[in-house]
Amino acid sequence: MTSIASNKVASEPGPALGAILREAALTALVAFLLTLPLVGLRTVESGGSVSLRTDFTSVALAVGLVFLGRIGMILNREGYPVPVLAVAIVIAVGATFTPLPGSLAYVVILAGSLVLGLQALLAIRRSRSTLSLQERDQRMDQIGAKVQQIAWYVGPILVAFAIALPMLPFADRGLLGVAILVMTYIMLGWGLNIIVGLAGLLDLGYVAFYAVGAYSYALLAQWFDFSFWLCLPLAGLFAAFAGLLLGYPVLRLRGDYFAIVTLGFGEIIRIVLLNWADVTGGPNGISGIPRPSFFGLPFDRSPDEGVTSFHQFFGLDYDATHRVIFLYYLILALALLVNLISMRLRKLPLGRAWEALREDDIACQALGINRTNMKLAAFMISASFGGLAGSFFATYQGFISPESFSFIESAIILAIVVLGGMGSQLGIVIAALLLIGLPEFFRGLEEYRMLAFGLSMVLIMVWRPRGLLAHREPSLLFSKYADRLRAGKPAGGAQ
Amino acid sequence: MLRLEGVHTYYGAIEALKGVSIDVAEGEIVTLIGANGAGKSTLLMTICGTPRARVGRVLFEGENITHMPTFEIVRRGVAISPEGRRIFPRMTVLENLQMGALTADPGSFDRELEAVFHLFPRLKERRDQRGGTLSGGEQQMLAIGRALMSQPRMLLLDEPSLGLAPLVVKQIFNAIREINREKKVTIFLVEQNAYHALKLADRGYVLVNGRVTMSGTGAELIANSEVRAAYLEGGHVEARA
Repeated sequence: MTSIASNKVASEPGPALGAILREAALTALVAFLLTLPLVGLRTVESGGSVSLRTDFTSVALAVGLVFLGRIGMILNREGYPVPVLAVAIVIAVGATFTPLPGSLAYVVILAGSLVLGLQALLAIRRSRSTLSLQERDQRMDQIGAKVQQIAWYVGPILVAFAIALPMLPFADRGLLGVAILVMTYIMLGWGLNIIVGLAGLLDLGYVAFYAVGAYSYALLAQWFDFSFWLCLPLAGLFAAFAGLLLGYPVLRLRGDYFAIVTLGFGEIIRIVLLNWADVTGGPNGISGIPRPSFFGLPFDRSPDEGVTSFHQFFGLDYDATHRVIFLYYLILALALLVNLISMRLRKLPLGRAWEALREDDIACQALGINRTNMKLAAFMISASFGGLAGSFFATYQGFISPESFSFIESAIILAIVVLGGMGSQLGIVIAALLLIGLPEFFRGLEEYRMLAFGLSMVLIMVWRPRGLLAHREPSLLFSKYADRLRAGKPAGGAQ
Repeated sequence: MLRLEGVHTYYGAIEALKGVSIDVAEGEIVTLIGANGAGKSTLLMTICGTPRARVGRVLFEGENITHMPTFEIVRRGVAISPEGRRIFPRMTVLENLQMGALTADPGSFDRELEAVFHLFPRLKERRDQRGGTLSGGEQQMLAIGRALMSQPRMLLLDEPSLGLAPLVVKQIFNAIREINREKKVTIFLVEQNAYHALKLADRGYVLVNGRVTMSGTGAELIANSEVRAAYLEGGHVEARA
């Protein structure tokens, strides 16, 4: 570092070539040492015996890329972001149209040039703006506030679009499938948001409630022949009960300890489902879960004797899409219900107490708030929403197994809430679209899908460290309060 | 109104309070002064039930509140303005005050709000501003205002002058006097700023290493040479102010 600085003073103000090359070469050396055993040597099985195969092309490629990438990073740092950006774009475009030794190389080149390009962009922006970090943060909050304001219009537009979606010409079965998936995660995100976003408790085991809901429906339908509509509230109740069971011992814990225990709870549920084979079917799961009917009209091509099916009743030709559309509307309605309840709760004393708990636990106690009860309520309500989503998942898939309820699900739901900006309803929708919708469309990338997933998360965290829409709209403004006073209605502290 | 009888409080094996007995009569302003680590805040928090007194009793209006959970104690008419203010930074001033009224009768919200705004006109100016963007003095006003919103009969204040400019300290202490006189709220004040606290208080206690070593009227304690030496060092500077 010092050599760069001294050279700069000695010669022209540009970066010293020797120092740059030395730094890049050093990085390349590290890359060489790392990739040689990891990439360069591979064991291959041939005819029953294991032999070693060398792959020096990949090593050379990796080392070369690291060398170039490091030079790009140095140039960004030293104040030459514009050429770096240009070269990154050229390389990204060039790599797309040149045949490369493997798709991995392509992905690495693309991702590398993307990161460098973004870094260059950030550097350009930083050099132009004289704002301090705090001012930037404040401005971000203002943007968030503006978005929240237009959310009043965007919200209904989004809902209208969601309602119209199945009727649009491009809405085929595949798209609806993705939409149902995204909607399920939006609902789960909104549900978890009550615990994480409002009450400020980091729950890493939310998938447990999802599983309880799914298995409640599957088992009740299998053993007692209960219909979906009866099971739906029951699944919510069971999940809420699970929330109570978990919440009661756990809520005295705080912070990290709390998060770890919820993580454990999520795993316990999964392991119980896996091992209690007599009831849950163990790793085989439960299949043949009945599909919901449209107010008693099943979606079958040829229903049982004496039963009218949906298409017969409405005089339509049989179409398998009907069921998908119905399921889509079902999850949409459930998600909107969750949204409505949580928006309403925020304005009630219960919701305000949650927000206060998130802000300052000890102050809440000093104000006479019963912390345990408030947190338990958050847990139970949030859990019941997870349960509803779970029973929808069971009926949509028709098959469930413990595999669907692994920790990664909890992590994804949490990522949606955090990336969306904790507590923001619209932010969760956007985050769910990004995290669930995009990877579904990028299925073509196959195993690199998760790489893209990780990259998008990193990018969001770099740009919006507090989440996409991290702005809290006050639930009570004095102007509104004064209006209410004038109208002769008491605003009330705790009605 | 409030009585502590031989209270011992422990943090694990460490004995923070070693048998403290204190009396606060209705309508009084009583102050507790002491150095850092004497156990002042511990005493205040023991009254609120976290941590609990292991030995001894805490009585509020004759009722034993030693083993009650904090929210039960608070609902009996005790309000606390905790150490370090602890306002809700992302909530507006109005929302903060609203949180204070959560346990109070909703019908009297408007009247209480008006009273707090009358007491601290600055809060009315800042009513839609977020708590975290207020200055230290304003945050302290908000913390006291929030505590008042629950219509307490007794107000516990933990170092309201902490980190504030002398002029603001004066404002805060004037407000405390006003709360006591006009709203008839009994006040128990824990302070390091001994001079101001003793001048304000009807009576005072001195806490040293978890024990009450002295008590008397505010004027008596100010005049006491030991108190002067220990807590009013450089007091003549403050006295001139």
